[in-house]
Amino acid sequence: MNNSVGIVTAQRAQFDTPLTFRSGAVLPHYELVYETYGTLNADKSNAVLICHALSGHHHVAGYYADAPKNLGWWDNMVGPGKPLDTDKFFVIGLNNLGGCHGSTGPSSIDPASGQPYGSNFPIVTVEDWVDSQARLADHLGISQFAAVMGGSLGGMQAMQWAMAYPERVRHVLAIATAPCLTTENIAFNDVARNAILTDPDFHGGDFYRQGVVPTRGLRLARMLGHITYLSDDAMAGKFGRGLRSGEYQYGYDIEFEVESYLRYQGDKFASYFDANTYLLMTKALDYFDPARHTEHDLARAFAAIRADFLVVSFSSDWRFSPDRSREIVKALLHNRCNVSYAEIESRHGHDSFLMQDEQYFAVMRNYLNNVAKEFA
Amino acid sequence: MSPTLIQSRPDFAAIAAWIPAGASVLDLGCGDGSLLGYLKNERNVRGYGVEIDDANILHCIARGVNVIQSNLEDGLSGFETGAFDFVILSQTLQATRHTEKLVREMLRVGREGIVSFPNFGYWKARLQVLRGNMPVSDELPYQWYDTPNVHLCTLRDFEHLCHDLDVRILDQRVITNGREIALLPNLLGSTAVYRFRRNS
Repeated sequence: MNNSVGIVTAQRAQFDTPLTFRSGAVLPHYELVYETYGTLNADKSNAVLICHALSGHHHVAGYYADAPKNLGWWDNMVGPGKPLDTDKFFVIGLNNLGGCHGSTGPSSIDPASGQPYGSNFPIVTVEDWVDSQARLADHLGISQFAAVMGGSLGGMQAMQWAMAYPERVRHVLAIATAPCLTTENIAFNDVARNAILTDPDFHGGDFYRQGVVPTRGLRLARMLGHITYLSDDAMAGKFGRGLRSGEYQYGYDIEFEVESYLRYQGDKFASYFDANTYLLMTKALDYFDPARHTEHDLARAFAAIRADFLVVSFSSDWRFSPDRSREIVKALLHNRCNVSYAEIESRHGHDSFLMQDEQYFAVMRNYLNNVAKEFA
Repeated sequence: MSPTLIQSRPDFAAIAAWIPAGASVLDLGCGDGSLLGYLKNERNVRGYGVEIDDANILHCIARGVNVIQSNLEDGLSGFETGAFDFVILSQTLQATRHTEKLVREMLRVGREGIVSFPNFGYWKARLQVLRGNMPVSDELPYQWYDTPNVHLCTLRDFEHLCHDLDVRILDQRVITNGREIALLPNLLGSTAVYRFRRNS
C-alpha cells in the first residue's frame, strides 16, 4: 500500500504506580495500549504524541496483518511522505484510560473484584489522561515530545500537555478544538448521555454481568453526535431529501436516505463501542475548562506554556467553531507564545479534521517540516 | 535583505530600518511573510503576521513565520491593546474598506504604526488622470474595474487623515524606482512610507 506505515502491532504498557484522578479516585494498576510508527532517533527528540478524540483509539495509522482493511483513523495524515512523516518522526498513538480498545476502562476486569469495573470505574478528566500519557512517555524514555497533536477532544489534551508539562512539549498542534465546551455542546452531550443512562439495559453501568448491552441508548447517542459533527450543507449535499423507495410510505420505517445513514452509523457504533466509555468521554469533554482555575482568564491559564502552537479550525465546524480557536490564539498571543492559526474553508463540519483537504494538509505538512528541521 | 526583495518591495528597506532589534511587530496583510522573515532573522523581532490568503498562509508557515489567518476588515479584536511595539500595514492601506478605523486600531494595538502605500499624487499618476484615464503603473498595476484598491490617496491626503485622527507623524520616506525622494515628494514620489504614533 502506498505511503502507508504498513502492518502495525498494538503494544501494552503496564503501570503499577497508583494514579490519583482529579475526582479523588485512585486506580492502583492500569494498562495502556498503544502503537508506534517510525523510528525513535538516538537522542529521542523526534517523538510525536497523537491524542485521540471521543471515539478514537491507539490505531492511528497502518493496518493489521490479520485485518488489512482496518486502517488507522488518521492514516491519511500519518505515514511515510504524509504530513506527519514517519520517515522523520516517531509517532505514538494510544488508547486513553477509560477507553474500550484495550486500555484499562469500564469494561476491563477489576482485579479487586474479578468483575468488570462498570460503574466503579472513576470519571476521567483530560488532566488525568495527560498525566497517564506522561507516564507512558516515561515508559518509552521520551522526556520531551517534538509535538503533541490532536483534534477536538484530542486538541484539548494537546493543550493540557503544554500547560501541565511545559518542558516536555516543543510544539502543540491543536485542531478543531476549544478552550472549553460551549453550553450548547454540554447540552448535546447530556442528551447523548441520557439516551444511554435511561436505556433499561444500562443497569446503572453494570450491564456486563447481566449479559446485555444498552444498544438502543448508545445508538441514539451516536446518531445525535453524528448529526452535530456534520454541517447542514454537508448533509444536504450528501443526502438531500432523497427517499430510499422514491415514494412516501406514510409510516415510521426508514424512508429518507439520511435516516438510513444515521441508523446504519448508530448500529455500527453500538456494535463495538462501550456505553460507559461513551459516558466518560463526553464527561471529560464537558469538564475540560482550564480557565476555571484562573477566574475564566484563559491567558492566565496558559501562563506556563512554553510550546509553539499551530491552531487550525474549519469554517463549517459549528461544534468547535473558528471563534473558539481564536480564543486559544488570543490567549497564546497574550503570553507571547509563537503561534500560527489557519482557518480552513471546508463544508464537512467538525468531521473536517479527519478528512483529506489540500489546504489543511499543506498547512500541517509545512508546519511539521519545520518541526522536523529542529532535530534533523 | 536579498537584492530581489529590495527591488520588488523598496518600502521594506525603509520599514526594516525603523525596527530595532528585539521589537515586537504585527504585520497586517503580511503576504508571504518575507518582511517578517527578514525582521525575525536579522533583527530577532517577535513577529506575527495577519493574512487572509490561503497560499500566503502556507508560505508564512513554511518560512517559520507566525501568521494568523484573519480578515483585516473584521478589525483587530483578536489583539490586545498595547500588545506590540510596531504595527505595520505595507501596501495594504489603499485596499482596506474601513481605512480610518484600521489606522485607529493599529495605534490601539501598537505603540507605533508604519504604513506604506502608492502615492496617487505621483506626477505620472496625475498625468494619466489629466489625459483622461485612471492611472495604471508598476505601483498601481490594475484597471479601474479590477482593482482591489478602494481608498487611494496622496501623501497630503494621508497627512490630513493623521491630523484628523490626532496622530503624530514621526518619520517619512518617499521612494521612486528604489531611490529616496526629498524634493517635492507628493509630486515626485511613487511610494510613501510613514511612521507615526498617537499624540496623546
